[in-house]
Amino acid sequence: MHELAVTESILSIARTQAEKYPAARVTAIHLVLGSLSSLVDDSITFYWEIINRDTPCEGATLVFHRLPAKLVCMDCMTEYEVEAGITACPACSSVKVKILSGNEFRVDSIEITED
Amino acid sequence: MSKTIHINVVENILGANDQLAESNEGLLQQSGTLGLNIMASPGAGKTSFIMKTISLLRDQYRIAVIEGDTSAATIDADKVSSLGLPAVQINTGGDCHLDANMVRNGLAKLNLKDLDLVLVENVGNLVCPAAFKLGTHRNILIASVPEGDDKPYKYPAMYSSVDILILNKIDLLPYIPFNMDYFIDGVRILNPNLVTFPVSCLHGTGLEAWNDWVVQELKEYRKG
Repeated sequence: MHELAVTESILSIARTQAEKYPAARVTAIHLVLGSLSSLVDDSITFYWEIINRDTPCEGATLVFHRLPAKLVCMDCMTEYEVEAGITACPACSSVKVKILSGNEFRVDSIEITED
Repeated sequence: MSKTIHINVVENILGANDQLAESNEGLLQQSGTLGLNIMASPGAGKTSFIMKTISLLRDQYRIAVIEGDTSAATIDADKVSSLGLPAVQINTGGDCHLDANMVRNGLAKLNLKDLDLVLVENVGNLVCPAAFKLGTHRNILIASVPEGDDKPYKYPAMYSSVDILILNKIDLLPYIPFNMDYFIDGVRILNPNLVTFPVSCLHGTGLEAWNDWVVQELKEYRKG
């Protein structure tokens, strides 16, 4: 739901990088999103195409890399991954689990092209 | 010939917000003011809870409220002002959450050195506010019985990111299907050590325990 604010931040990070290469345009931005970060790719892309106009990022593609969430069971110490939501331990069905990762939310890299 | 360069960035998308949040935290710390970020879905009872908290604590502490609203309606801020306390209204302009910059503007309108406690009422929403740090010291979630017992399962980011859970409207438990074990299991899976206070703001039930928590928290915060 807060994808506009997020997309504006992506643009700001990409523009800061692009300023170092004034003759180039940004062609792709690689994003890493954990499966617990509750963001919708289509919605980010929708805003992206509107707000990148007349910037060095116009026409750049957003590439989404989704990471599964990693959990650990506090009863039997089994580590496991989930794609969406949080589930009980697959080994012992305990619900005492800890989230190790899954809230990632970053710009990983940017591709720029100099003509 | 065109040439493509690959630049590694590895920067948190909300990094700029996080930095501002840190500076807000610094501001609050300078004056020894404790900041509490109060989040909930619309209708869970954020404003009633804040009003109750004020009536419990106002004799001991100097309190102000920052009210986040998506519209220009000042209903909530007016309620706080009517008690004679400083209240700052932040209109998010339709945004579904408060961010650190909005809170910074709110803090700037308060005389922090004359305050012990700043209560920030976030926008009613269980998704977006969880992603934006404000620089407050503790995140508090108000759940309420009529919302249903499945909310922890549906809003994991929110339930896993808070320090305190208030379960409001427990006076409605006899009238509404709400499986407490199922709810608590859902909370535990996300946040095993979450401190939970079952309350009824309408009847004042359970609020003494919450009151004691705030008193203790302020003491420890000031001990540093």
